Amino acid sequence: MDLRLESVGHHYGDMEVLSDINLDIPTGKIVCIVGPSGCGKSTLLRLVGGLELPTTGRILQIGTPPADSINPLTYVFQDFALLPWRSAEGNISLVLEDHKLPSSRVTEIIADVLARTKLTEFAKAYPKQLSGGMKQRVAIARALAVNPAILLMDEPLSALDSQTRELLMDDLVSLWTREPFTSVYVTHNLNEAVRLGHSIVVLSRRPGRIREIVDVAIPLGDRELGDPELERQQKHLWNLMRDEALAADKELLHV
Amino acid sequence: MSEIDTTSASKTVEFRGGGFAPQSRKWVGVAVFIVLIGFVELGTRVGFITNLTLPIPSDVFATFVDLWQSGLLWKHLVPSIMRLIVGATIGVSLGIGVGILIGLFSLIRAGLIPLVAAIFPIPKIALLPLFVIWFGIDETSKYALIAFGTFTPTVVATYGAVDNVDRSLIRMGQSFSLSWLSIVRKIVLPGAMPGILSGLRISLAIAIILLVAAEMLGAEYGIGAYILEAGSLYDLERLFVGVAILSILGVLVSLVIGMIEKQLLSWRV
Ligand SMILES: Nc1ncnc2c1ncn2[C@@H]1O[C@H](COP(=O)(O)OP(=O)(O)OP(=O)(O)O)[C@@H](O)[C@H]1O
Ligand SMILES: [Mg+2]
Repeated sequence: MDLRLESVGHHYGDMEVLSDINLDIPTGKIVCIVGPSGCGKSTLLRLVGGLELPTTGRILQIGTPPADSINPLTYVFQDFALLPWRSAEGNISLVLEDHKLPSSRVTEIIADVLARTKLTEFAKAYPKQLSGGMKQRVAIARALAVNPAILLMDEPLSALDSQTRELLMDDLVSLWTREPFTSVYVTHNLNEAVRLGHSIVVLSRRPGRIREIVDVAIPLGDRELGDPELERQQKHLWNLMRDEALAADKELLHV
Repeated sequence: MSEIDTTSASKTVEFRGGGFAPQSRKWVGVAVFIVLIGFVELGTRVGFITNLTLPIPSDVFATFVDLWQSGLLWKHLVPSIMRLIVGATIGVSLGIGVGILIGLFSLIRAGLIPLVAAIFPIPKIALLPLFVIWFGIDETSKYALIAFGTFTPTVVATYGAVDNVDRSLIRMGQSFSLSWLSIVRKIVLPGAMPGILSGLRISLAIAIILLVAAEMLGAEYGIGAYILEAGSLYDLERLFVGVAILSILGVLVSLVIGMIEKQLLSWRV
């Protein structure tokens, strides 16, 4: 299933947040979205997943999601959004309970996603017992459990320290290489963008418009920390963003 | 690493962390009671507290033992506890239900919050005659009074608790296409539970307060009736026995809620 955004724009009251976004999200690719603070990245993601309605334009699903996809558009949140009163296992079963699956199938899915995110030993652990990185892995396991056609990730690694982030990026890459998934990945971190993105959409400051779409040709699995080509791309992205970021920063001061 | 001049005077860094973290020290509460009662005992025996001000605690205790041995204690206690349980159950369950509705539906919120605010401050005792007319002089009016008294604080605590449920968790539920009912049952209710339980502490204390008022509505037996009778006869020993029983009830209720909290809210950080 592909997604197409056709001249999408959004307002909050009088404030224009997004303007004329045209974008294709092809199956099996990770599209990263970068842009200065407050340019509407999270808003764009909420529009894509149907948590909010765009003021103008429309968002199209092209093709049907695979039949075994329980929740085609699935989010991974920056703040994990785990229920503190449920264990890792319970948090995953939460999203399966409404779908009348036989309980053997539910157990099977939970075991599978916990194994894929290397969490099998922590099935019974509660969020308060888990570190930030493990919480986000639980959230990723929960997202994988519903077999999404498209994963919508809003700064999923931003709340983590840089070592954990590095490890989780490797995890995401290996998840993708084993079974390519489609994803819209919002981030502040240009390094994450060049490591994970097949294409990187650079937004301008508010109202967010697409400034440039950068394609990264190196296969995901071959992108190493410190690869000169990636460094070059990252530098290019930073050059695109620096002025916008500066201006956005000043703008925030004037509010 | 050896650039430190070890010859100059040294001392360990002073500890200044700690505190501000309540710890379980049960015996302190008991000690406060013992010291207080011991002081009154001494004062009434020595004479710097006159018999008119306070009864001698040991006499009160003797009166209590009498009450117990005569079998009257249970005769008073059982109907009172019945009234508490029935009245508070009705009031609290209605209160939680209405509180959740207010928390979930804007229209109900707009309609009911002013009403609840108007009812809350009415001293329920002032409405005693009305309760007699509506529900008669028997048990029903007593249940109704206690239910009415526990209802409003429960409503206020519950909708406050629902308002405080983390919205990002609700968005998460929606993003996984959970049904409305699942979101309410699995996200909103457990998320509101800490607030509801702490509201319950207040509501149940109010229920015990109202017990005496309810038993003013003509009751032959009951702790409230016992206190009222002792009061009208100026029998301080018996008055204090009754009051002490209510206090003990209060402590027990609070212990039970504490246990429920431990059970249900073990997930809290
Ligand atoms: N529900 C809302 N109502 C009104 N204004 C909003 C709402 N949500 C976001 N905004 C505003 O819209 C703008 C874009 O917000 P958004 O969260 O999409 O930005 P962002 O690019 O994700 O920022 P960040 O990089 O800080 O995460 C901001 O100025 C924000 O204040
Ligand atoms: Mg954001």
